[in-house]
This record gives sequence, structure tokens and C-alpha cells, in this order.
Amino acid sequence: MDKRITIVCGHYGSGKTEFSVNYAIKLAREGKRTALADLDIANPYFRSRERQQFLEENGVALYSNVYHADISADMPAITAEIRGPLEDGGCHVVVDSGGDDTGARVLNQFRKYFLGPEAGLYCVVNANRPETADFEGALAHIRSICGETGIPLAGLISNTHMLRETRAEDVIKGYGLCRELSSFLEIPVEYCCASREICDKISTLKNIKEDKEFRLFPMELYMRPAWLDR
Amino acid sequence: MSKKVLMKGNEAFAAAAIRGGARFYFGYPITPQNELTEYMARELNKVGGSFIQAESELAAISMVYGAAVSGGTAMLSSSSPGIALMQEGIGFLCSTEVPCVIINVSRGGPGIGSIQPSQADYFQATRGGSNGDYHVYSFAPASIQEAVDMIAGAFKIADEYRNPVLILADGMLGQMMEPVLLPEAVPAVTEEDIPKVKPWALAGHKDERKPNSVISLDLKPDRLEQRVLGYWGKHEKAKKELVKYQTVGLADAEVVLVSYGTTSRIVLEAIDLLAEEGIKAGLIRPISLWPYPYKAFDEIGPKTKAIVCAELSMGQMIEDVKLGAKERWPITLCNRVGGMLLSPAEVAESAKKALGVK
Repeated sequence: MDKRITIVCGHYGSGKTEFSVNYAIKLAREGKRTALADLDIANPYFRSRERQQFLEENGVALYSNVYHADISADMPAITAEIRGPLEDGGCHVVVDSGGDDTGARVLNQFRKYFLGPEAGLYCVVNANRPETADFEGALAHIRSICGETGIPLAGLISNTHMLRETRAEDVIKGYGLCRELSSFLEIPVEYCCASREICDKISTLKNIKEDKEFRLFPMELYMRPAWLDR
Repeated sequence: MSKKVLMKGNEAFAAAAIRGGARFYFGYPITPQNELTEYMARELNKVGGSFIQAESELAAISMVYGAAVSGGTAMLSSSSPGIALMQEGIGFLCSTEVPCVIINVSRGGPGIGSIQPSQADYFQATRGGSNGDYHVYSFAPASIQEAVDMIAGAFKIADEYRNPVLILADGMLGQMMEPVLLPEAVPAVTEEDIPKVKPWALAGHKDERKPNSVISLDLKPDRLEQRVLGYWGKHEKAKKELVKYQTVGLADAEVVLVSYGTTSRIVLEAIDLLAEEGIKAGLIRPISLWPYPYKAFDEIGPKTKAIVCAELSMGQMIEDVKLGAKERWPITLCNRVGGMLLSPAEVAESAKKALGVK
């Protein structure tokens, strides 16, 4: 997953935004000039623009709607400034799209940036979400999103979790589903996301050690207020 | 046996309503509850139910009235300004004793307000904005799990009391994700069942009995008086049977915080912050807002010196807190409005101020 432009899509509630924020911070910490484009116009709460100050402190420039974080509205008012980092060959861009095919529709206006070799569309899959819990459900979601954008899918991000109740088994189960989808769609599973604690647990498992394609991605919960998970 | 899944509040509310028996949903889109309407549009017909996107909130509540008066298990959902528009219909449902379930995923107000979470609909939920003597039974969940259990059970309460039941879920609860165990589905009421379980319903007399009539208007004052007194009979029963609340650490609390909905979770975090400083704080969390758990205040221990009411309004529930406290403790308000949330530190600071601790 080394594209300059990383477009993140998925079912709403799959963890797209949390992954996008984590991935953008990872890139910035590697010393790359990084921008996060919040194209979520469907979701009124828990959007990456709510963490603008935090992202900027961590070296990630945030582009969202024309009002930035000043107002909270589910309005289709994406700022044209987003084209800046997309056209800037020296800037890594993580594009956080809205949920489902309706959320991904907004990608179409920037389609010309997303079809070249510099860009890749990645789908986040959470097998603990009822609609994407099995192969058929997850595949139907992926197809509806890709059908909406016309952008080929470059890879999958396995992000099966149950928030603070996540067990290692959940993560392994979700990765298994992604591997199934991966062989069928002939695209890689780029990352398997989990909390640091679970990453430590999983990395010692024998079958995981033997899986050469397995790449763990430790996630922090940046988007969720701590009081929600006492 | 169902298993835990990760769901967004609004979706889970809809799934729980279907499992609780809802088969008629009428709605008009409004943020932050749209996922509920979307879920119903997608799922309700799969279980033989009917979904209609109404042309307005007024139409939606009137459709609920129509479906429910014919014996259907009907519901709707909306958010604050939408519920404001429905007040006339809610009054009609109360006056004719027609059961239904209403979910308010509330947002900032007044007027069209904002789309961020708020608790400024407390008066609307507990006092209402329709005319005449009536009560809606109102409940406020603090987690998605509590909400789904509450919603599934709300249809039973509505039918038993023949009264609208309102679930006041704030925008935060509607929009956040949480692991949830959905309740077991109850069998839906069929057309054949209606004459037996809802003998008052306008479900067709088939020349086998006298036609039922359900009318709000009554031009004979003595008869209307009897009807209103009849409502009060069931409301008194509701005050005995439907009161629900949670308490934490009241016995030895120096300060008692009163809070409902997701704000109570911020308060629990504040209680931990206070404990770190050696201050014992307790919580009263009303779960039923009407009937209000006034009796919870009688459980407050002898060490309590002050009460702090934490709510996302300019001070609405605090009026019920005063009624429950009966001037036994000084009461102060800790609040944010407009869609702003309280922080645990802010709540802890208010509690310390109420105790005179620096």
C-alpha cells in the first residue's frame, strides 16, 4: 500500500475514518508530507474534521468542507482546495470517503485523480457489522461501492472489531473473511487492523507467523471519546 | 439465539423496533436519525410490514394515528424540530388512547437549531406541546443496548396503557457505534389477532358487532370530563409501575449528580475523576423521564451536601430534580447547550464548586 493517493471506502461503521486518521498519522510520522481529505458528506458526527487540531499537531493537513470544522452539517460542500494536495506530486493524500455507495458517490468529482497509477481505492471491511458479516454481504457492499465510483479496487483493509470488547478471535475471523474476498477479487489484503494489545497477541500465533502476506496495522481510537467506553 | 453485533445507534433502534413487533413505520427524513428511516425503508417490507416516507412530519404522525387506530403496531422516528411539528398528532393519539411508539433522536434547538446532540427537548418529552390534559410516557436510554431493550419493550407498554410511548435518545446515541445484543423477535400482531388483542380498534365489525368509534372530539362536557379522569387513572398506575432509574453510590456520596441519557456516561467519568481527588460523588440517572423517579432522591444518604444537575439544556430536568429534592439540598446546574457536550472535567469542577472545594 504505497500509493501517493489512498482512497478509503467501506460500509458506514466499518471504521473508515478511524483507519484514515491512523494511516495519515502513520505517513506523517514517517516524515511524508501528508494531507487527509475528509469527503464524508453523509455522516453528521464522528468525522475526521472534528480532530482537525489534533491532526495538524501531528503533521497532517486536513481538507474538508468549505466551512472546515466551524459548523457541523451534512451538506455537500466539499472545498475545492482538496484539489491542491491531489495535484501536488510531493504530497501523500488519504481520502476518507463517506459510508456505502452513497458516501462514495462524492469521489466521482475527483475521479481523474483516482484512476492513475498514483492512486488506489481500498475498502475497509468489518465482519462484526451485520450487513458485511459474511462473504455474500461483504462482496455485495464492495460491488455497490465500486459500481458507484467506477474506480477499480486495489486492496482490502481488514478491520473487524467490537470496539473495546474486541477479542483476538474477532480479528482473526475478519481477516479470514478478507482473505476469502481477496482470492475471489484477486486483490491483496493490505492490512489487518487491531489495537496494540491485540496485535501483540495475534503476532505470536503460529498460523499468522507463517502467513507471509499478513500485515498488522496497530490502531489507536482517535475518533471516539474515552467516556463512551468506560 | 442472536449474538452480539456492532451497530450504529439508529440502525439498532430500527432493528429493535421490528423485533418488538413494529410493522408500520412512517417517517420524514431529518438528521441525526436518518439511518433509522433508511433501515426501515430497507428492512420492514421483508417482515411483511409497511414503510411510507411521508410528505411531512404532520403527515407521518397522522399516518401513525391511522395505522394504529386500525390495530396496527405503528411507530415513527424523527428529531427535535420534527417532533415539535408532530405535537398536535401526539395530542390526538393521547386523547383517543391509541398506542404507538415515537423515537426522538434529539438535536440542538430551539427552532431548527443544530444537528449536534442536545437534551433541550426534556420539556417537550415530559410536558409536551399539545393542548389539553395528557401525558406521553417518556424514557431515556444511556447506551445502545439499553435503547434496544427499551424500544422492543415500548410497544408492550403502549398497548397495555393505550398511550403513546416516547423514547428520547440524544443524537450521540443515534450516531455512535456500540456492540449490541438484539432482543428476540416477538411475533407480530396479525389482522386476525386484532379483534382479540385490541377490541377497541377500527378493524371492521363484519356485521358481527356494533361498530367501534374512536373520536377525539366530545361535545358533552360531563362525558369528556369522565374520559379525562379515565386517562388519569392509567397515568397514576403508570406512576406506580413504569418508574425506572439507576443509582450509583448514593449511600456515602458527598455530592449527588443527576443526569440522564449519554450525558450520564460523561458524569460517570467525572465521578471517577472526583474519586481520584478523594471526593465521593453519586449518581441518580432517571431512565423514565415521565413518570419521573422522584423517589430516587429519598435514597440519598446523610453525607450529601449538594446536588448537581448535569444536562445539555439551560436547565429543564432541574425542575424535576427540585421537586424530588424537596429543598433538602442546594441544587446547581452544570450544562452546555447548542450541540456542545459537557466534558468529564467540567462536570467534576461543578461538583467541587457545589461542595465549596477548590
